[in-house]
Amino acid sequence: MATLEGGADRRPAPPGRRSQAQGQPRLARMAAVLRAGETGAWKWGARVAVLLPFAALVFVVAVLALKAYPAVKVNGGGFFTGSAWKIGSTYAATTRTDGVAHPVGSSYGAWPLVAGTLQTSAIAVVIALPISIGCAFALTERLPRWVSRPLGFAIELLAGVPSVVLGLWGVLTFGPALSKTLYPFLADHLPDVPVLSFFKGTVGHGEGLLTGSFVLTLMIVPIITATTADLFRQVPALPKEGGEALGMTDFEVASKITLRWVRSGIIGAAVLGLGRALGETMALVLTVGAIFQLAPNVYSPMSTIAAAIATQLDSSLTDGTGFAVASIAELALVLAVISVLVNLAARWIVHRTSRLGGPVGRGA
Amino acid sequence: MPRARRRSVFTVLFRAGTVLALLLVLSPAVWLLAGVISKAAPHWQWSVLWTNLQGENGGLLGPIVGTLVLMAGVLVIAGSVGVLAGIHLAELSRPTRRGGAGGTWLRMAADVLSGVPSIVLGYVGYVALVVGLHWDFSLLPALLVLSVMVVPYIAKATETALRQVPTSYREGAEALGMSMGHSMRRVVLKSAAPGIVTGLLIALAIAGGETAPLLFTAEFSSTVWTGSLVRAHGFGYLTYLVYQYWSYPSQHANDLSYDAGLILVAMVLLLLVGARVIVARTQRHTEYRGR
Repeated sequence: MATLEGGADRRPAPPGRRSQAQGQPRLARMAAVLRAGETGAWKWGARVAVLLPFAALVFVVAVLALKAYPAVKVNGGGFFTGSAWKIGSTYAATTRTDGVAHPVGSSYGAWPLVAGTLQTSAIAVVIALPISIGCAFALTERLPRWVSRPLGFAIELLAGVPSVVLGLWGVLTFGPALSKTLYPFLADHLPDVPVLSFFKGTVGHGEGLLTGSFVLTLMIVPIITATTADLFRQVPALPKEGGEALGMTDFEVASKITLRWVRSGIIGAAVLGLGRALGETMALVLTVGAIFQLAPNVYSPMSTIAAAIATQLDSSLTDGTGFAVASIAELALVLAVISVLVNLAARWIVHRTSRLGGPVGRGA
Repeated sequence: MPRARRRSVFTVLFRAGTVLALLLVLSPAVWLLAGVISKAAPHWQWSVLWTNLQGENGGLLGPIVGTLVLMAGVLVIAGSVGVLAGIHLAELSRPTRRGGAGGTWLRMAADVLSGVPSIVLGYVGYVALVVGLHWDFSLLPALLVLSVMVVPYIAKATETALRQVPTSYREGAEALGMSMGHSMRRVVLKSAAPGIVTGLLIALAIAGGETAPLLFTAEFSSTVWTGSLVRAHGFGYLTYLVYQYWSYPSQHANDLSYDAGLILVAMVLLLLVGARVIVARTQRHTEYRGR
């Protein structure tokens, strides 16, 4: 093998004939060296590159932990129970707590933000899950291929729309339209029982919890639909055909065979959507009103952790002690931990049921 | 209700439900597209594409150039790192003792990284690069943060594409005496190229439409990029206009915001359609070859 390709070149040329051997053999020798080097270059390049995501992850965690440490020390458990987010007086003298300088009167309670993040994400997933399962059934089982392929692609495109554009549409068109039609209807007609009484009260102008959740729903439906449709395609045809042969209706085949076959995979798909919803920022900054409060009803403005990080950084810079920026680091740390855990859980569940796994990344 | 009757009712409900679910997704999608177009169309002038932005007046030349520069930079940085990482995960990592794919921990790290919200990455970029390294709001910190964001995605796409290359190709290359690196370039990567390019296009679409991490690393500037990587006092891009200019008091600023939204949507859709066309063409190709 070696003699065929470049073995002759590897032998050192006799000294006297070097002048004749210029040109072709030298080029061939260089090519051989390059070729040998190429394997090494690929290997080392790949080795370095594959370590970079790991290094980036360690770096992100280290920076967040270092930056958040003073805030964690001072804010303590009140960070999760308190509901006042105040930078304090940036003109007065600073005080020290546990050796950490911060302005007089500063108080950081993130409970409304944590609750808001959970509310918007939970509502979005609860609405998106049945819709996505319906879409996946329509795309994989019910519609002919020439219809389902373009429709599936249209849903994929929806995932690619930049979140800030979705947010702008939400605040200019979608929210106001809903606040004039759907919201008054819901507020008037839903019964005043526990959970649903949350839908009572003044309707507002379309910037609030429910509008944000609807926009989030639109963003995660494509993710859950794609994952669920992939799972459905893996269900073998024989059990389904067997069910039909026994006289089951297509609803019974769908619910008793297909759905049951991929049950835990669908939970994984929903959790994948949840992970995406928890970290979404721009669409929510624009549509939920970005006011730090626990929403009294589903139409009222509120905020989430991610939206708060985006809107608070500017004003935090006015705090000369840097304590406000440290508290934002604590927020970021909490958000990162929650969404990483949720994502890992989702991947684990989806991976357990399907060899192919769900689509990863940020949706598109 | 008799049992047979109940069964047929459920069947009808199920069929109607699947159609309803599709409508519930597609109608807002169409509404969104119509909304974006109808906001921008009435005042649309092609000159926004090549007119400078001056405060709240002028056109979108600076931000458009900025978004394109960001995408090109991400293509170079995240593209090379992501593709190489994917090569390692698919080709070089040693299989586990039970025969599964190797590199579990490294793949896990990439997965975890893709789960970190972009706003958190932006904050870290702000603290560590913009302030920590005194880079100020400029191109390089923005590029690095965006790249960290999309590298896991490109690595995953590359790994998947490489795993679909038949082993016989690699064996054939080896039998012809090709070195591993040579066959990687001439045989393996070549046949995996459509999948990798698709991953890159989708990553570009994500990077071009991203806002949150850029607010903290690039902030904004209305001037056209001058070529500086750091200490630029701001770097302009399209999504910022969508986020901020719609609420400004001047009508022209609002119009610019709608224009930026339309341009972004057109750009992203073009990239995604391009990716889909590549997939469709190669699928046809492989099916033809298989028979």
